Amino acid sequence: MGQRPIFDGAPTSTSRLWTSGLALIGGGALWLFAFLLLPMVVLAVLAFAQRDEYGEIIWVLTTDNIWRVLGHSSLGWTADNLRIIVRSVEVAGATTLMCLLIGLPLAFWMAGRPRHERALWMALIMVPTCINLVIRTYAWMLMFGNNLPPAWMAQWLGILLPGEGLYPSGFAVYIGMISCMLPFTVLPLYTSVERLDWNIVEAARDLYAGPWRTFRHGVLSQIMPGVVAAVVLTAVPSLGMYVVSDLLGGAKFMLIGNYMQVQMTGSSDPPMAAMVGLALIIVCLVGLAAMYRFGGKASGSPL
Amino acid sequence: MKQSPWIVTVAMLGLALLYVPLLVVAVMSFNATRHGQTWGGFTFDWYLRLFSNGDIGAAFMNSMLVAFASTLIATLLGTLLAIGMRRLPLRPRGRLTADVLMNLPTVTPDILLAAALVVAFGVFRQFSGMFSPGLTTLIIGHVTFEISFVAVVVASRLQAIGREQFEAARDLYASTWVAWWKVILPQLAPGIVAGALLAFTLSLDDFVVSFFISGPSSTTLPIIIYASVKRGVTPEIHALSTLMVLATMVIILGLVFLERRRAEPG
Amino acid sequence: MTAAPQPLDLSIVSVSKAFGSQKVLEGISVTIPDGQFTTLLGASGCGKTTLLRIIAGFEVPDSGSVHLGKQDLLALPSHKRPVNTVFQSYALFPHLRVYDNVAFGLRSRKVAEADVTRRVKEICEVLRLSEFTQRYPQQLSGGQRQRVALGRALINEPEVLLLDEPLSALDAALRHDVQVELKRIQRRYDITFILVTHDQDEAIAVSDRILVMNKGRIEQDGTPEQVYERPETRFVADFIGGANLIDAERLDGNRVRTKFGELPVSCTPTWVKGTVAIRPEDIEARTAAVPGGIPATVSERLFRGDHWELQVQAGGTTLRVVTDPDEVHQSGQAVWLELPLDDLLVLRD
Repeated sequence: MGQRPIFDGAPTSTSRLWTSGLALIGGGALWLFAFLLLPMVVLAVLAFAQRDEYGEIIWVLTTDNIWRVLGHSSLGWTADNLRIIVRSVEVAGATTLMCLLIGLPLAFWMAGRPRHERALWMALIMVPTCINLVIRTYAWMLMFGNNLPPAWMAQWLGILLPGEGLYPSGFAVYIGMISCMLPFTVLPLYTSVERLDWNIVEAARDLYAGPWRTFRHGVLSQIMPGVVAAVVLTAVPSLGMYVVSDLLGGAKFMLIGNYMQVQMTGSSDPPMAAMVGLALIIVCLVGLAAMYRFGGKASGSPL
Repeated sequence: MKQSPWIVTVAMLGLALLYVPLLVVAVMSFNATRHGQTWGGFTFDWYLRLFSNGDIGAAFMNSMLVAFASTLIATLLGTLLAIGMRRLPLRPRGRLTADVLMNLPTVTPDILLAAALVVAFGVFRQFSGMFSPGLTTLIIGHVTFEISFVAVVVASRLQAIGREQFEAARDLYASTWVAWWKVILPQLAPGIVAGALLAFTLSLDDFVVSFFISGPSSTTLPIIIYASVKRGVTPEIHALSTLMVLATMVIILGLVFLERRRAEPG
Repeated sequence: MTAAPQPLDLSIVSVSKAFGSQKVLEGISVTIPDGQFTTLLGASGCGKTTLLRIIAGFEVPDSGSVHLGKQDLLALPSHKRPVNTVFQSYALFPHLRVYDNVAFGLRSRKVAEADVTRRVKEICEVLRLSEFTQRYPQQLSGGQRQRVALGRALINEPEVLLLDEPLSALDAALRHDVQVELKRIQRRYDITFILVTHDQDEAIAVSDRILVMNKGRIEQDGTPEQVYERPETRFVADFIGGANLIDAERLDGNRVRTKFGELPVSCTPTWVKGTVAIRPEDIEARTAAVPGGIPATVSERLFRGDHWELQVQAGGTTLRVVTDPDEVHQSGQAVWLELPLDDLLVLRD
């Protein structure tokens, strides 16, 4: 005790810093408490709630919903829900992998641009994240329509019948997802690639002759925090995505996000949606914890 | 630094994935053909019709109202949040936790926020009528995801200004108010503007949260686009989408320009 | 009231400061007379910047006092102290033109605008900034920025001017000019200057007095000549000029035993086992045997332009020897070293 702190060159006291700081953050903190934290808690509680025969929520808690989400019901067990979960994980995993494979060269290419150009490229990568998701997805519907080059090519190759479009299809969903998520992969990758110490890469090239070993020991070891951040920032939103699969996948291609939307807005079974949401919250938190643990400072937020 | 051709190729492929479809939409917005994708000649018609379309006009007004109102609230709260966080005498570990909490909403999948808000508004509605689906709930929802973005942008600007600027002002006999008013705020202003612009575009382009919590009378532009994509697109939607993409690009590139000018004025 | 100006000596008494468990300053006591150019010299982390920040009012010591004349500085917040600072990064206000940067302190104290104009003009002339007053800091060179930082502080006519490594951002050639400039300005304004630096050449060039700091304590306090010629501790001898440190054992009659034999010293050491030191340029290297000369072998030689630097092996230790450029020695050559009695320093530790 007895420490008299100085803040920004002015003498103050610990208690004054607390009061003034809390007063300043008060509005925002209360807002986020009321409209972010509290709703999340309500969602988590709803995940364990029941419904009466008219569909009204009864706030008596039960763990039945966990089994119901996994496919159990009074009518026996179906694999439908499990299929949705597996497909979502598949899509998220494949999207993340493809985004890394495209994003890494893109990040290296950007880092190789002249210094004054880089901010512009960075902005061009960022712009799509701010563009309406529906527009971006619809753009792919248009691209994959039956009368444009991508579909012609597929028709010529015999993959599609003449006059057919490339969507709705799993393929269209994958392309749409990669296009949506790519910026979230590139930005953290770019932040660490830009800081890469090329001396270490040179040293690795001298030590290990092969390009793969040079990459692994010289480059990958350095940009690992960026890769971790990129994986988390790509995979977690992929899991919650529903616009892309909704528009490009058709009714049969359901993901967790579509399931949540149907159960939630159609008011058919909100507790089920909440249970899926709760699982997503947990995945999200685990991912972020991993990112802050292994991702270090590379966890670049949009700006 | 020389780069092998395949790096350049994949990089170009990546950029193409981001922009080619948007370009196709823009091209189609000038296509005179009403149905299908065959080129039927150049026209401005769809843009003109856009401005006489009542539904789109109403949605535009809603979008603007929500974007302006939510940006105003979020910029105020987010800026104060960033300034206040810096004052809290936290230990390094506590500060990291606080930073993570402040960043958390920027990385939360939007469907989670949307679902949570639907449920919570349903509960809140039993206490107050203001939570029935409508413009108010839209604004509340948008402010919620905007606050963190504003706070993150302003906090990074504050960090960049640094403690020495405060100390230099103090050293030159400035009181707390003078230091803030004459030294810090003029330097912080670009950060606040950047945060506000970011919040504005996020609001304008948000679909997921809006779709979940809007009511029949509070349709926004993205919702109109979604509805018509589901029903069958009219070329006016191509025109509308192109305008929205352009608006977003102008704002974000403007932000970068602002950043650049701050780094090297004159 | 007496008209006679009081001498405003800065007296620092047993100032200590710790950050958490790390002690940064351990009971520093020193008096700096009015108008003196004093340098706090030490490696990074020795506490010199912390001491400066305490005087400026940016840190509070855990104990001790700081007075300027009779005034208790610690009782005043930084913006009421008659002390100004030149920051290491200059901390110029980037959104203000040079003129407004320089005028900032006067305007904060509500000096009439006519006076502000006159004094800004005056100080800009002294600092050769007159043609840049309408520019922004980003449009200036490093040296010009440094002068703005100096002008912005000096215009307030502080009793004490604190300079935190003000030259570290400048290149070597410019640094020399600015050192001369600093000295000129300090003479002209007759203000107490306290400079913090880790550069011994800079400290020796500009100061009236040097306080060598190490691990939160003052190791030696003296004029540049004293600190350079007569270092008292191993740290000071090594840090300033890189003297040869030689382990020694006390013998009777002002003699010590070292690895390469017994040596006479000028005074009786207070220790039984300790250190003697000699500067590289004070050692004479002879090509022929001389009485009392220490036999040694040249192992390495580096040409430094105005001198040769030799690494010499003697009795299992390596000594650094500096010779004139025309005294050419070859590697592997045998030499006889003379260590003049006057230059062989007996250190405290």
